[in-house]
Amino acid sequence: MSTISRDEVARVAALARIDLRPDEVDRLAGELDVIVDAIARVSEVATPDVPATSHPLPMTNVFREDVPVPGLPVDDVMAGAPASEDGRFLVPQILGEE
Amino acid sequence: MTDVTRLSAAELADALAAGEVSSVEATQAHLDRIAAVDGDVHAFLHVSADDALATARDVDARRAAGEQLHALAGVPVAVKDVVVTKGMPTTAGSKILEGWVPPYDATLVERLRAAGLPILGKTNMDEFAMGSSTEHSAFGNTKNPWDLDRIPGGSGGGSAAAVAAFEAPLAIGTDTGGSIRQPGAVTGTVGVKPTYGGVSRYGLIAMASSLDQAGPVTRTVLDAALLHEVIGGHDPHDSTSIPEPLPALVEAARQGAGQDLSGVRVGVVRELTGEGYQPGVQARFDESLELLRGMGAEIVEVSCPSFEYALAAYYLIMPSEASSNLAKFDGMRFGLRVEPAEGPVTAERVMAATRGAGFGDEVKRRIILGTYALSAGYYDAYYGSAQKVRTLIQRDFAASFAQADVLVSPTAPTTAFRFGEKLDDPLAMYLNDVATIPANLAGVPGISVPNGLSDDKLPVGFQILAPAKADDRLYRVGAALEAALEKQWGGPLLAQAPELG
Repeated sequence: MSTISRDEVARVAALARIDLRPDEVDRLAGELDVIVDAIARVSEVATPDVPATSHPLPMTNVFREDVPVPGLPVDDVMAGAPASEDGRFLVPQILGEE
Repeated sequence: MTDVTRLSAAELADALAAGEVSSVEATQAHLDRIAAVDGDVHAFLHVSADDALATARDVDARRAAGEQLHALAGVPVAVKDVVVTKGMPTTAGSKILEGWVPPYDATLVERLRAAGLPILGKTNMDEFAMGSSTEHSAFGNTKNPWDLDRIPGGSGGGSAAAVAAFEAPLAIGTDTGGSIRQPGAVTGTVGVKPTYGGVSRYGLIAMASSLDQAGPVTRTVLDAALLHEVIGGHDPHDSTSIPEPLPALVEAARQGAGQDLSGVRVGVVRELTGEGYQPGVQARFDESLELLRGMGAEIVEVSCPSFEYALAAYYLIMPSEASSNLAKFDGMRFGLRVEPAEGPVTAERVMAATRGAGFGDEVKRRIILGTYALSAGYYDAYYGSAQKVRTLIQRDFAASFAQADVLVSPTAPTTAFRFGEKLDDPLAMYLNDVATIPANLAGVPGISVPNGLSDDKLPVGFQILAPAKADDRLYRVGAALEAALEKQWGGPLLAQAPELG
């Protein structure tokens, strides 16, 4: 019995911007239970007195002098773009969406 | 002249320096080997013959002119397809990047080129490095050279298989949960995950940024040390890159080959042996421990009780970070763009259509898992709790390294399984990584050294872990074990592999 519903999967897929076919939603609804099991397992020991570690080694922010350096040539970058025009990425309509 | 593809990288480097063979000849020999066997093995997604031969010609000319070259100059290398290479296609095993040619080199690729290593091509992998069998590649399976019906491990199955099949003496892998070490174990090759931050991540297509680390894939421990010294060291383009210089890795490997481990304390991790490990895997592990003891090492047992929570923590942290990192594949700036079949063609709908069509099942699965774990109301309970387990695992390592200089375990619980065997059971697939994941969570370095064949005549790996920034210990103990084993076998383990082609 899956604890994460089809609707929940569809909602998360929309957040992640991935179109899923109905059969993919069905399959994922069953498979996402793994995360519920994982959280149950982790919760056994993740008590309030344990600090979280975000990073394997202690780190401090890295600064550098604010000196301009050349970027990649625009033509090289645009060569990999799905569409471009006048040295800019050409994208579908972004305004006026509901 | 013997077959140059059978030489180790160190031997080939010596032959090049002595003028016994040219880099063009050595590179061509490997390209010929690829042409002969890669139809069966499918280790490569792209072979860059012209680029490799151009580098080889340049190295030969500079050597002829008396120029002082890097020790590995002219020795060819294969690069996992998750590492960007200027002018050479890079897909990360995904349809969403099919045909993309990066406009820049990863730092580690720049370093390979600067040292004069011809790049033979790009190796196959699970899509975006998500998997333990290379079955999740969008471009077909890589076969294990020991048995073409079996997986070569993953995600870096292509790099391990290329080296095991003598298609390349050296390769680059990346390891997020074991993707260098587990393929090494199941193909009878050497794989090293350096200390986190030891090798620049600039130009690696990221899966989980706090876990990912690139490293060497080779046939000998010394070769791994040589390659590690080429690619490692500080890089201002990666803010997590370690500023101090690397320890003396090649020196440690040469010292280890002397087979004296007097005074070295070797800790056996109690939680990473016994139940769940194939009997042949366990037997080879126990025999290797005796060899280490015979070379003067003191064997102690250590306990890491939090390791049993590592897999669960990993499967919260990894998808969370992956879902964020893979947001960049949106059909706007590079790679695939797919328009929705019907309805208005807006940017948002193009993104969803592109990602729906371009990502494979396992990638979609992990992005959805990660998006769920990071979504409003869940972040602290999911990602936050998993990060606490990370602290506990680090504490286990710290306590264990107070009692032992290195920790050891089998690299993978079983030998290579057959294609399809675990494809429908993600959890069974994930269990492959049970012994390798703790090192990624804690950032410590690890090596897998081939240590024999199991009862099914398939290779087994011996994992050695060291404290952060003490990667040299891996090479000292690894080279000692390798030397002792090869004395028993009368040669390298790969000499026992079946002939291909």
